[in-house]
Amino acid sequence: MIFSNWVKNIDVYALTWRLPVIVWQVLFFLAPLVFMIAMSFFLVKNYRMVEAFEFVNWIKVFSKGYFWSSYGLSLGLAALATIFATCIAFPASYCLAFKLSETARRWAIFFLIIPFFTSYLVRTFSWYVLLAESGVINNIISYVGIEPIKMLNTMFATMIGYLTLTLPLVIILQTLSMASIDKNLIEASHNLGAGRFRAIFSVIIPSARIGLIIGALFCFILSFGDFVSPYYLGGSNPPTLPILIIDTTKSGQQWPRAAVIATVMMVTLMLVALSAIKIAYKKR
Amino acid sequence: MVNDKSIVWLLRVYLLLVFVFIFLPIITSVVFSFNSDRFPSLPLGHFTWHWYDKVYNDPDTWDAIKTSIIVALSASTLATIIGFCTAYTDFRYNFRFKNAYLALALLPPTIPLIILALAMLAWFSKIGLSGQIWALIIAHTVLGAPFAMAIIRLRLQQMDKDLESAAWNLGASEWATMRHVIIPFALPSIISALCLTMAVSFDEFAIAWFVSGLNKSVPVVILEILQGNVDPQINAIGSFVFAITMTLVVIAQLFLFTKKPTNN
Repeated sequence: MIFSNWVKNIDVYALTWRLPVIVWQVLFFLAPLVFMIAMSFFLVKNYRMVEAFEFVNWIKVFSKGYFWSSYGLSLGLAALATIFATCIAFPASYCLAFKLSETARRWAIFFLIIPFFTSYLVRTFSWYVLLAESGVINNIISYVGIEPIKMLNTMFATMIGYLTLTLPLVIILQTLSMASIDKNLIEASHNLGAGRFRAIFSVIIPSARIGLIIGALFCFILSFGDFVSPYYLGGSNPPTLPILIIDTTKSGQQWPRAAVIATVMMVTLMLVALSAIKIAYKKR
Repeated sequence: MVNDKSIVWLLRVYLLLVFVFIFLPIITSVVFSFNSDRFPSLPLGHFTWHWYDKVYNDPDTWDAIKTSIIVALSASTLATIIGFCTAYTDFRYNFRFKNAYLALALLPPTIPLIILALAMLAWFSKIGLSGQIWALIIAHTVLGAPFAMAIIRLRLQQMDKDLESAAWNLGASEWATMRHVIIPFALPSIISALCLTMAVSFDEFAIAWFVSGLNKSVPVVILEILQGNVDPQINAIGSFVFAITMTLVVIAQLFLFTKKPTNN
């Protein structure tokens, strides 16, 4: 009786639209992540993974000095990239939001979307060619009589790679949040005697805070998880956490240990994201 | 303000420099794809189709292109269907745990690809899909669905909610309303979503590298060439992929920005 009532109350139409994403994401997004965390407790015997619940991998990874130096390096590089991207993007976004016509802004944003659809690998290769010892940039400056500068395999090159990846997104997010500020607010601050910089710091930055922080957060997430720039441009010496994951997975057959590193990365990013969102939406 | 004009010009020059930084690697890649030198440098060598020829005559590239196209077509279709269902649910219904529902749907882009790659590699080998082309299709569907959902949701936002109830009042069933009112209205965004998720799939390399096994897609081939020596072939493949994805993006934008009855 109850069961047939329950069946009758099912809204087939609503469920048809609601269920696909739940089923798909649980099976192919949540399950892999949960399984990966479980895998960090598995054992490897004779090159085969054995399901278990042991802390061996955690202890092994945490007792390695190079893990901690990689962790510190990854955090530092991602933080640095976030600061650079935010500061470099801000004047550009400010110009896009306030000093260009509506049409010019639309075109600029269209152009900023293009990089997302060009292979990041190919762009990295281009930077490799540009920055190499006998590469294009050193070639140009040698005409002026400057000695070649070692740029490849340095943190500078890694940073260039990170910025290539993140800058367009950061500018888009900053521009959209600044363009939606009520222009009267800025006008009012000028009428009250605030100069350009005063207006930026006391009106524009606080009003665009959410967009600025979300942009910075995405920059952090992308740089923290990127292995291409630190590997091909930075020379992978010392490696960052994503490079450690690849090395451990691809050559060592040590999937459980790679899972430990990935879990640490995920928890770190979750903490960073939660604090960023808390700051962004905090009541003033 | 006194210096207003000069400051505005300074800002515009700065903006231009930022754009140069962003586009320099893309332009470099296209230019050097036609350059004869083995190691790309200045001054430029002579114009050549050599690298394109080399790519064209390499059967591995064709296999990779075939894989990429199959994966992109399948994944974009699946992602757009899932994205549409989710967008419509969000548009029409309110229910308990809706925030959790939306979080589940929109979360994938916030997880670094390298982590998803490891997780999916492990999961697919557990359920016996590892190394199959299905693994790649499934992974790219997970990545594309949130984008499809966002695009279609934006379009549904412009639809008058009363349109649906009007159709019901005129006697149409929910299913008929879906077919004759909602899907036609959302069609431009559905096509945009198809193109954009296809482009996402065509470019993704981290997960593809981990889960694809022998079914290498184009970006995986690029990654493997990159691990060897400096090889201008990358520029040729890159420019080719760029041409395809840009076509898709431009089509997507055309469908997004036309067909608006009122001007914004």
